[in-house]
Amino acid sequence: MDDRVIIRFNHVTKQYDDDLPVLDDVSFDIERGKFYTLLGPSGCGKTTILRLIAGFIEPTKGDIYFHGQRINHVPSNKRRVNTVFQDYALFPHLNVFENVAFGLRIKKIPKADIERKVKEALRFVNLEGYEQRAIHEMSGGQRQRVAIARAIVNEPDVLLLDEPLSALDLKLRTEMQYELRELQRRLGITFIFVTHDQEEALAMSDEIFVLNKGKIEQRGTPKDIYDEPVNRFVADFIGESNIIVGTMIDDFVVEFANQQFTCVDYGFSKNEQVDIVIRPEDLELTTAELGKLRVRVDSVLFRGVHYELCCYDAYGNEWLVHSTKKAEIGEEIGLHFEPEAIHVMKRSGGE
Amino acid sequence: MRRYAYAVPYWLWIALFVIAPIILIVYYSFFDIEGRFSLVNYETFFTPVYLRMTVNSFWYAFLITACSLLIAYPTAYLLTKTKHKQLWLLLIILPTWVNLLLKAYAFLGLFGTYGAVNALLEAIGIGTKQLLFTDFSFVFVSVYIFIPFMILPIFNALEKLNHSLIDAARDLGASEWTTFRRVIFPLTLDGVKAGCQAVFIPSLSLFMLTRLIAGNRVITLGTAVEQHFLVTQNWGMGATIAVFLMIAMAGIMAITGNKKWGVRQ
Repeated sequence: MDDRVIIRFNHVTKQYDDDLPVLDDVSFDIERGKFYTLLGPSGCGKTTILRLIAGFIEPTKGDIYFHGQRINHVPSNKRRVNTVFQDYALFPHLNVFENVAFGLRIKKIPKADIERKVKEALRFVNLEGYEQRAIHEMSGGQRQRVAIARAIVNEPDVLLLDEPLSALDLKLRTEMQYELRELQRRLGITFIFVTHDQEEALAMSDEIFVLNKGKIEQRGTPKDIYDEPVNRFVADFIGESNIIVGTMIDDFVVEFANQQFTCVDYGFSKNEQVDIVIRPEDLELTTAELGKLRVRVDSVLFRGVHYELCCYDAYGNEWLVHSTKKAEIGEEIGLHFEPEAIHVMKRSGGE
Repeated sequence: MRRYAYAVPYWLWIALFVIAPIILIVYYSFFDIEGRFSLVNYETFFTPVYLRMTVNSFWYAFLITACSLLIAYPTAYLLTKTKHKQLWLLLIILPTWVNLLLKAYAFLGLFGTYGAVNALLEAIGIGTKQLLFTDFSFVFVSVYIFIPFMILPIFNALEKLNHSLIDAARDLGASEWTTFRRVIFPLTLDGVKAGCQAVFIPSLSLFMLTRLIAGNRVITLGTAVEQHFLVTQNWGMGATIAVFLMIAMAGIMAITGNKKWGVRQ
């Protein structure tokens, strides 16, 4: 086994009673020192993966390896993994210091060392001087830092984060994204972060796993996933997209909206039905004569950084355009795009 | 003003059935058996006879509370883990709907010389034992009667406990026992206190069971109050004991008073 692999899932399935499996025959490797994000809609199985790694639940089928050893039945208190919970799960009867010291006290570490390590961990999350505070006196953002300090003070090999930012307001959330990323770099340990927010995933991760219905749809760097989604689900989930059906005429030639366009994709069979993705920000406004596509503006929305235009072509396809230029409703305009902007995907069954 | 109008029945009730009786009891406690005003009842209370009775009452109340707690906590804990919680809970609450006297008489039948329990003891070769009118049967029946009042508050406290706190403790390296000791128990302490109050305070003044089940072998303050009012007709002394019982209860309420952990989020 590769030395850098820290966690390995081997055909893991998790199923409750006779329901559909929440996790369906999933295999992957997690390497040390990287920031991973499990991304997907609610019920896709991302939290299940986290709970399997933490040891709160056991797989129905398949094996989980940690440092090359099978850990299917190892209880969570014997795993070198710590979790930051979605609701933080701080102990309400203990103050900040005792919450952070909880894990160390169980390991029966000398008092002076506990004192030092707790102080250090609190300094790490910028909470010096809050030791004696009660949990209910802390704000949401501070609680979150306490939860992180409580986890990292145990020096785990892997830190699991279960949607830790979802309870924070937008500004604080963006701030914490930076801080978490920074923290991961400084600590150099593996982070596995669960979220349903694609922006969060793109901003923070070394690698993203996009999950849907208990299966991994795609894994890759944020850029891979954004630029080369493998199917309609990923393209749709990872950002606002124009997804339409087209036909691959030949290598580098695709047809959609009753026109043929040059593209950079190849390796499909001739006249294969495909899904075409063009990101709204890759579409440029021009006059109707100059555009590659001719569309009519249906609605215009001011989004601050850009205008969001919803347009329809002559064949009823909807085109979403992000542009700094404004257009009038009902106006006929042209859309220009580069061959690289066309992403061709195999049609996934039924989707 | 309408708001105050709605409160009138409540205050009337409190005045008539709470405040007035307390004042009456305190008032009566200052009269001796001849109807003269005196402090003789209070002097009598501090004689060895009554002090021993007080110690006795506290000792039995403590025994009953401790036994109830020892049985109730694990029961409540298991209850929260079962599938049909509400059904099991109903079965535990059900006996409290039966009158106390009926339950006591039922035990008279069960524990009697020719009762079911002795028949069983006979059958397995231990032989007939004197069960009724012993300390054991008194505590046993009392615990049986009080246990639902201990289980309910503990069950509620366990149900309210956020399950991710248990996960968090396990995640931080705590074994099941440590998790219980350092997280589950401290966080359900309010329920335990409420249960102890609900059991300790009434068992301090138990009187019916002391005669029926313990055959007057156990004489508690409750028995003494009953005897003074109904048999010796010394209302003053009975009232004095009642005053001390009330003080003891207030003291217990103060000790086990709920301290909130602040707002849980």
